[in-house]
Amino acid sequence: MCDVCGCGDREQVSVELHERILGSNERMAGHNREHFRRRGLLALNLMGSPGSGKTALLEATRRAAPGLRLAALSGDLATERDAERLRAAGIPAEAITTGSACHLDAGMVHHALHHLPEAPLDVLVVENVGNLVCPAIYDLGQAANVVALSVTEGEDKPLKYPVMFRAADLVLLTKADLLPHLPEVSVERVAEALARVMPEPRMIVVSARSGEGLGRWVEWMEAQKRVLQPVALAP
Amino acid sequence: MHEYSIASALLELVDEQARRHVATRVLAVHVGVGELAGVEPELLRQAFELVRERSVCAGASLEIRRVPARWACRDCAASVPPGLELRCAACAAPARLVEGAELLLERVEMEVA
Repeated sequence: MCDVCGCGDREQVSVELHERILGSNERMAGHNREHFRRRGLLALNLMGSPGSGKTALLEATRRAAPGLRLAALSGDLATERDAERLRAAGIPAEAITTGSACHLDAGMVHHALHHLPEAPLDVLVVENVGNLVCPAIYDLGQAANVVALSVTEGEDKPLKYPVMFRAADLVLLTKADLLPHLPEVSVERVAEALARVMPEPRMIVVSARSGEGLGRWVEWMEAQKRVLQPVALAP
Repeated sequence: MHEYSIASALLELVDEQARRHVATRVLAVHVGVGELAGVEPELLRQAFELVRERSVCAGASLEIRRVPARWACRDCAASVPPGLELRCAACAAPARLVEGAELLLERVEMEVA
């Protein structure tokens, strides 16, 4: 009831807000981030198209750096195939099957974390659902975003998916062993496209098959791990 | 198609406002969507139509304010035009996104008892 004149009209209010729509996901991501920080664990959100070579990259990383204590959470709409492949390669891995969801969110990662081994780890790679759109906007609590882009996907991919590439801290140009068969693909043009959507473009050309670039990728992870904020000791 | 999960999150926030203000119904929901927020306004609208059924938002309009991406030099704050290398023409420092990635609930208009 209108309390100004008692006319019987319902009162209308307009509330000004500045509330992040994905705020509840971001709070959960903050909780994950704190968990990773306490464990001294570098968490990476690995994104890319289906078939861009994310799983093969992790298998090859394990071969290239057997001393790096790596674990993975692997998101897919259905099946545990990627997690099974990773476990077969010696990487502790947990599958997150999303049903029909096109991305992982912080809550799904949180649940999966309970199933990871207690043993000390250096790097946790969250292999996101293959998709160049949706995963980019959901914070999972990672320290950095890594996007796998294969040489067969086209040099203009970064320009077509700017939301994803803007969010990237590192782009891995995968399947570089195919470059000799693709004379029309220029690594320089991929780098130029990245510079138009990524303010500080960083790209490493890698091949899971030949091992090219994997040393630099491992060095990048080690450098990221060194700059992780040191854990504050409880008084 | 993550717009459904975004529409659901939006509905929860609006519902919370409606309860706080003891609203009988919501008339309009205003959101700000950045060009680089990764959200398609038309898909968000369709998703909102579906998720609002039988909620306090049934009948509410969704007003979407598009926010274009705006880049500026990290160091000297000079504007950096999109479409080219995201680097300052004057001092060569990388650009930073000033606005255009936001996904915000900005205003709720409600009818209260």
